Amino acid sequence: MSERKIDDETGVETTGHSWDGIEELNNPLPRWWLWTLYACIVWAIGYTIAYPAWPMISGATQGMLGFSTRGQVAADIIEHEAKNEALVAELVAADLTTLPPSSDLHRYAVARGGSVFRAQCSQCHGSGAAGAVGYPNLLDNDWLWGGDIESISATITHGVRNETDLDARYSEMPAYGDIFAEEEIEAVVEFVASLSSTEFDTDLAQAGSELFLDNCAACHGDEGLGDQMLGAPNLADAIWLYGGDRDTLTETVSNARFGVMPAWGQRLSDVDVRAVSVYVHALGGGE
Amino acid sequence: MNYLKLVILGLVTLFAAIATNWAHDLAYQVHALLVMLVAAGMFIWVLRRTDEPSKVEGPSAVYFDGVIRAGVIATAFWGIAGFLVGTFIAFQLAFPALNFEFLQGFGNFGRLRPLHTSAVIFAFGGNALIATSFYVVQRTSAVRLWGGNTAWFVFWGYQLFIVLAATGYLMGATQSKEYAEPEWYVDIWLTVVWLAYLAVYLGTIVKRREKHIYVANWFFLSFIITVAMLHLVNNLSIPVSIWGSKSVQVFSGVQDAMTQWWYGHNAVGFFLTAGFLGMMYYFVPKQAGRPVYSYKLSIIHFWALIFLYIWAGPHHLHYTALPDWASTLGMVFSIVLWMPSWGGMINGLMTLQGAWDKLRTDPIMRMFVLSLGFYGMSTFEGPMMSIRAVNSLSHYTDWTIGHVHSGALGWNGMITFGAIYFLTPKLWGRDKMYSMSAINWHFWLATLGIVLYASSMWVTGIMEGLMWREVDDQGFLVNSFADTVSAKFPMYVVRGLGGVMFLAGALVMCWNMWMTIRGAKPATVSLPSAKSNAVPAE
Repeated sequence: MSERKIDDETGVETTGHSWDGIEELNNPLPRWWLWTLYACIVWAIGYTIAYPAWPMISGATQGMLGFSTRGQVAADIIEHEAKNEALVAELVAADLTTLPPSSDLHRYAVARGGSVFRAQCSQCHGSGAAGAVGYPNLLDNDWLWGGDIESISATITHGVRNETDLDARYSEMPAYGDIFAEEEIEAVVEFVASLSSTEFDTDLAQAGSELFLDNCAACHGDEGLGDQMLGAPNLADAIWLYGGDRDTLTETVSNARFGVMPAWGQRLSDVDVRAVSVYVHALGGGE
Repeated sequence: MNYLKLVILGLVTLFAAIATNWAHDLAYQVHALLVMLVAAGMFIWVLRRTDEPSKVEGPSAVYFDGVIRAGVIATAFWGIAGFLVGTFIAFQLAFPALNFEFLQGFGNFGRLRPLHTSAVIFAFGGNALIATSFYVVQRTSAVRLWGGNTAWFVFWGYQLFIVLAATGYLMGATQSKEYAEPEWYVDIWLTVVWLAYLAVYLGTIVKRREKHIYVANWFFLSFIITVAMLHLVNNLSIPVSIWGSKSVQVFSGVQDAMTQWWYGHNAVGFFLTAGFLGMMYYFVPKQAGRPVYSYKLSIIHFWALIFLYIWAGPHHLHYTALPDWASTLGMVFSIVLWMPSWGGMINGLMTLQGAWDKLRTDPIMRMFVLSLGFYGMSTFEGPMMSIRAVNSLSHYTDWTIGHVHSGALGWNGMITFGAIYFLTPKLWGRDKMYSMSAINWHFWLATLGIVLYASSMWVTGIMEGLMWREVDDQGFLVNSFADTVSAKFPMYVVRGLGGVMFLAGALVMCWNMWMTIRGAKPATVSLPSAKSNAVPAE
């Protein structure tokens, strides 16, 4: 049991060990296995000379090829930027109102604008641009400040009610909680609700209608259709930025709203602002 | 001794009761309650035995096999649990509606996924490793397990760890480290259990009656020691409160990521590779009835494997904040690792020299051979995927999932099934399993299941990787993420079916085990007499 012996099946000598009946043959390492292992080791040494690999006291060896993963990404970006250089120049110079919809330039602007939108705008307006409470839906044709390409571009460039750009879109509704009595607010709310709904208290809405004409119509118009020059929302279209139920309307009338958007002209390049303007315009509601 | 036990159990019960009362979160409270009940139950159990005439603790001339019988049953039980959850979450991915409203907060995909991975790796794989290592170390050392009932403490302690970890995941107690999710107090408990495991194992090797330590034991020992080290370092964290489950890692940022993948990759390397190679080195030559192919190869590939594996972790972090030099080293060590990994496959397969005919007649042998085949395939695929250029395509895709499962289902699963079929009749004193044709059914169900699983994941993985990187002529991405998700749907269904087949095979195994064990008496196996066990020459 403890003797080296020759295995009958293979004619190979055993090592003479035996554990619970398990013996071991004294076969050499398979040649192909050994040479493949050596080849891997040689390759590994070569690779670590060519690429950043060995940690030193301060920093690591950089490799002879000057490779870095960050460099690889940068090279990718430069390659695409070089390819698109002509399109960028064209977009910066283009008159956006006459951009032909099926041109390469339009496609480029929409794609680039989409990238900008997903990175910078989607946090508030949603990745599909459908908006959220307090953040306008950009897919419909209801616009606060105008839906033609020039208005969209101006809104994006200067933003809304921010303190950094003097040309920002600006309007401010008074907080009627300080001006009206509670019953008056209730009446105005009923009237506003009646503009887009069939379920309302006729008497109360009638009372509200007078208050509306005296106080609100200056901006929102006699029929509540709003005014894009003043950023006054259309109140008759059943599209609500903050909500059209009685409670939310009461809150809006009492305390007013003050939605803010940054001036993207101060943060993005000219070409990115133009691209994202074209993108938003092309989403479906553009005029 | 019993008085000391009573004092400790009493204190644990008291502490757990206080912890239940002051708990900051649900998981901690439930766990404290569980620990309190277990400790109180143990207290009463020990108390009833104190100062009674002690029964003889089993004759020392026989192998300590009771704990192995329990381990074999636990392996099968947790296997079914893990495969079942895995199959269910596979269908949750294909049909998101299966994340039912009433399951939200404990049974949605996010909660069940770590339950599945831990159940199969640590509960199924861990129990298989503990049971087989206890079996193998006794047989190849020709002595009874060291430490008396410590082995039972290891077994039950490990089951408690599994229950604490699994229920913790469902209640949201996780430190969010993949494969190391359990929170600090569960980690501390596992450390205690694991050190006891190491003590039993090492103690048995030290008192062995064979001059040399058999190769299987080198692998098992390296697995136990390295896992202890990995577990301790990766779980270094500071509890927010001693009365709550939340803890804060001591590493942060890229250091944390690197520590995590140093751990994560070596969980694969030492838990799922070295440990299971230990299994392979005993059961394959035993089942084949042939000598191990090459002693030299086993030495060289063992040392190469354990030296190289520990450096390969950074390949999980290519193209991240990890410095390029670390990523390069992770990659080259992974590639040099290819041949040392294959050493185990060669030694296993070539052991069949002169016994290849058994493949026709012996379905258990077939399982071992298939398992070695999948081992070889995934240890080739792994180094290939560690290459930076390949990884830029494969990373974050289902290819990784396919790779892991061809290893886990094919290699770990099949070899464990083979070992269970080997052990069950021996441990319960039967000649063989109740039904050989059921083993054959299990073999084919599992094999087809793996093939469906792995091939569907290769297809979706590569498709997904290509779709993510597809850009138009102006350099803009063509596909949205949701496009890739909907494109994967048919393959997700195929993957789920693969899981059903694998699960079905395991259920056939459980039935077969039941029929084999039913009515059988636990076998008592005597140690070989000292004479027939003379010190080998050399």
